[in-house]
Amino acid sequence: MSALSRVVRSGVGRRRVPTVVIGLVVMIAVTSAVLGASLMVASRDPFDRAFGQQRGAHLSAQFDAGAVTPAQLAASARADGVAASAGPFPTTQVTLREQRGRRLPPMAVVGRAAPDGAVDRPELTAGRWASAPGEIVLAVDPGRQGPPVPLGATWTLPDLPGTPTVTLVGKARSVSGTADAWVTPAQVAAWTTAGGPRGYQMLYRFRAAGTTAQVEAGRAAVAGAVPAGALTGAVSWLTTRRDATERTVLLVPFLIAFGVLGVVMAVFIVGNVIAGAISAATRRIGILKALGFTPAQVVRAYLGQALVPAGVGVAAGLGLGTVLTKPILNQTDRVYGTADSGVALGVHLVVAAGALLVVTVTAWAAAARAGRLRSVDALAVGRTPRPGRGRWAARWTARLPLPRPLTLGLAHPFARPLRSASVVAAIAFGAAAVTFAVGLSVSLNRIQEVEDVADVRVMPRFEGSREGPGGGPPPGGTPVGEEPPSLDGPAVVAALTAQPGTGDYVGLAQTEVTVPGVTGALDAVGVTGTNAGRYYRMVSGSWLTGPGQIVVATPFLTATGTRVGDTVTLTGRGVEIAVRIVGEAFNVDGDGMQVVTDLATLHAAEPDLAPATYFVTVRPGTDREAYATGLGEALRPAGADATTVSHEPDEMLLIIGTLTGLLSLMLVVVAGLGVLNVVVLETRERVHDLGVHKALGMTPRQMTAMVVASVVVTGLAGGAAGTAIGVAVQRAVLDAMAGGAGFALPASVTDAYRPVDLLLFGLGGLVIAVGGALLPAGWAARTRTAVALRTE
Amino acid sequence: MPEPLIEMREVSRRYDEGPPALHEVSLRVAPGESVAVLGPSGSGKSTLLNLLAGLDRPTAGTVTVDGVRVDQLGEAASARYRRARIGLVFQFFNLLDDLTVADNVMLPAQLAGMARGTAQRRAAELLGALGVDRHAGAYPGRLSGGERQRVAVARALMNRPALLLADEPTGALDTAAGADVRRLLAELHADGQTIILVTHDLVLAETCATRTVRLLDGRIADDTAAELVR
Ligand SMILES: Nc1ncnc2c1ncn2[C@@H]1O[C@H](COP(=O)(O)OP(=O)(O)O)[C@@H](O)[C@H]1O
Ligand SMILES: [Mg+2]
Repeated sequence: MSALSRVVRSGVGRRRVPTVVIGLVVMIAVTSAVLGASLMVASRDPFDRAFGQQRGAHLSAQFDAGAVTPAQLAASARADGVAASAGPFPTTQVTLREQRGRRLPPMAVVGRAAPDGAVDRPELTAGRWASAPGEIVLAVDPGRQGPPVPLGATWTLPDLPGTPTVTLVGKARSVSGTADAWVTPAQVAAWTTAGGPRGYQMLYRFRAAGTTAQVEAGRAAVAGAVPAGALTGAVSWLTTRRDATERTVLLVPFLIAFGVLGVVMAVFIVGNVIAGAISAATRRIGILKALGFTPAQVVRAYLGQALVPAGVGVAAGLGLGTVLTKPILNQTDRVYGTADSGVALGVHLVVAAGALLVVTVTAWAAAARAGRLRSVDALAVGRTPRPGRGRWAARWTARLPLPRPLTLGLAHPFARPLRSASVVAAIAFGAAAVTFAVGLSVSLNRIQEVEDVADVRVMPRFEGSREGPGGGPPPGGTPVGEEPPSLDGPAVVAALTAQPGTGDYVGLAQTEVTVPGVTGALDAVGVTGTNAGRYYRMVSGSWLTGPGQIVVATPFLTATGTRVGDTVTLTGRGVEIAVRIVGEAFNVDGDGMQVVTDLATLHAAEPDLAPATYFVTVRPGTDREAYATGLGEALRPAGADATTVSHEPDEMLLIIGTLTGLLSLMLVVVAGLGVLNVVVLETRERVHDLGVHKALGMTPRQMTAMVVASVVVTGLAGGAAGTAIGVAVQRAVLDAMAGGAGFALPASVTDAYRPVDLLLFGLGGLVIAVGGALLPAGWAARTRTAVALRTE
Repeated sequence: MPEPLIEMREVSRRYDEGPPALHEVSLRVAPGESVAVLGPSGSGKSTLLNLLAGLDRPTAGTVTVDGVRVDQLGEAASARYRRARIGLVFQFFNLLDDLTVADNVMLPAQLAGMARGTAQRRAAELLGALGVDRHAGAYPGRLSGGERQRVAVARALMNRPALLLADEPTGALDTAAGADVRRLLAELHADGQTIILVTHDLVLAETCATRTVRLLDGRIADDTAAELVR
């Protein structure tokens, strides 16, 4: 064993706390880096990856079974530009009823013998494919994850003669969203013979489908290959993709924010720990140099001392990161609809190399300074008592009307301003992480909340006897060129008014209008109801107070170059309606281009326009399920049905919540470790003074109080700074999230903090500080006085 | 002999390695006595003082001071015991560099819960009596060795201890300062203060002590009081 390695070995063994802290901090930093980097990799174009894996359909087309034959549909595969196709598959529309009596929203069911073929290969996520009548496979909705339905669950079809029963045999995910459920083709035939609506589905891939125009051209080619009017609806993959990427886009600024916070903090703490260890060892370094060690050898010795625990930390962090990342990637896979995410070896290599590089550079910088110290100075540093900095603080705190141990401790941070600043920074990082994390989750949940205002949804009932062309709207959005069926407004309102438990409700009637300056038609929503404003969040201006007013979202204002207060002209069915923009709402529908107005405004152009949907908020204490069932029965004569609106949290929010919790916990632990390290260092340096205090009659409890008090000032300062930083980061991240999509967020969403919250986060810094100081305070209290006093 | 202030019975202190630092030492000291403990380096003098101050615990035997079984005290109780009954003076003063002279002197009283104002008055009184009152607002680093030791003595006397323990109080001082401290301790003794004084300084032992105990390899080799009794 060389002299150098002996120095390293004895150093690592002796300075246990810095060694352990470096190891732990590196481990946590590497863990979060693996987590963050893997998520970044997984979030890279997840839709496109999943779409490629499943050979997704560029166009999901719905045909009228009465107007086209399967042979004609099969021939449409040879239409211009079609690269591959699947189908024709028979389709129908069914309403399932749970054993408890609750009716599910109507479902588009496709008859497919197997999830294979040239286009759209749904991925089975549970169970198996339907192979016999009475078996059904449900589509997994990537956006929402209700309470999991167990395989083997059964439903009845109340609208069909004999109320047949179906059993859940599998769950599958189609990135293209081609169906709500799948059964065997024979099953579809059986249900349509019994009176269900009949249709066919064809799925196409085009040679070119990158733009709306290309997909539209493909649609036209397909429509031209079948008898006129046979194509009743078609959904472009671009629409589906837009919806999917809107969800994933949320995650990226968030990950970046945490990533930057984490890396800066790790560099900072590791640097501090190493610098502290070296400054504590300056005298030792002097002795080494006096014994003939060269500066380079000294640097290498201390580099080794940092790299040994850092290496262990990297290895542990890679392992822990992989373990923690697995379940989160499973979640993102569910959200993204991908199946290929894993912790890549590349991520491991980059993270490990990066961590070791950071440790090396930081340790090098600190050690090089010590290596350059002249031996005489280094020896002197070890002996000279601390410079008399911060004595003013000691004089000042001595006058405070507090027990002496506390006032002694309170003055400590001022004796070493630079070191105290580093403690303040460490605590600030921890407090910032918590503040940011809580604020972000509050904001995201507030965005979600407005969707949860509605408890029950009223829609037209799809009667089993109704012979519709395609069997209702295909899944995946309102199809091109089909009007949604509307409700009998007065009858619905009468039922709502009569139903006990009805709180507020809003009816939404949808049509299209054009606006000068924007090419193409925009969605216009006519609202009617008791308190429609409740269902929207305002950014600026006010909610509608009557006809002739509109509320729009930020992208509309940007696109039309208008502001709240301006007047614009809507054109619907050739009729011009002058309206005033009274408010800006946070409304992501229609990509933020939707125009919301009083239904009466739109009646000027379309006198018959009626709501297609009503959303109802029940009175507090009302059972939503029972209310929906009761209302559904009451609405039956009006041809309408009521279903509950899922209040399940969005899975992306769950992922962000999990991550925020995990990452802020890690940052808090790292901050605590930073404090621990500094307090240990201070305790070591003050061991002689501590001995004197004990000799003068300081009890262990008084000593603990003194050491804990020594971090109070830094804890409060760090907490205050961290809270301010956390709020700023929360704003910046929210702005990046919303701004990326062109939206402005309402103040009610961004203002996530109440004053009392901010106070608590500020005090959180104190908690971190005290947490980090308690252990060394205990050690200090147990110092052997006789031994401490001998080190003179 | 009146009721002893200190009663050590067959006290031993053994460290993990090496011969015992103290071996079956028995010692009785009456109130008002001033005892000089002499002996070569490593003979166990400081160990003896530490045991009396409750800074260390014997491995065998009992230590009773002013009616308190010091060897049985827990950490907190021994701190309170020191606060109430013991004044400590060290070779290297052990003043706290970041506190002013006055704050150093006040500290034992403040740890015992005395209000700042009361402590300030008592400290001023002591510093005046010891002739260092003009340094009250200064930091110890500015003072000469002799002045520092006077401040240390003032601090040791702050809580009116029953027993003053001094470990080589002149060991780090030059001749003049040493003589100064010697005089001070002699005055204290004359006022009735019980003192245990560890020293190499035979003149100090001569001027301040009524009795000398000589330690050798952790055993009492010689005790003038014992000779008297004999
Ligand atoms: N903490 C300790 N650990 C091990 N040995 C010790 C310790 N303290 C003192 N000793 C030993 O005990 C013996 C007596 O020490 P001490 O009482 O300091 O001697 P003196 O004050 O007479 O010079 C010495 O041999 C010393 O090495
Ligand atoms: Mg000694």
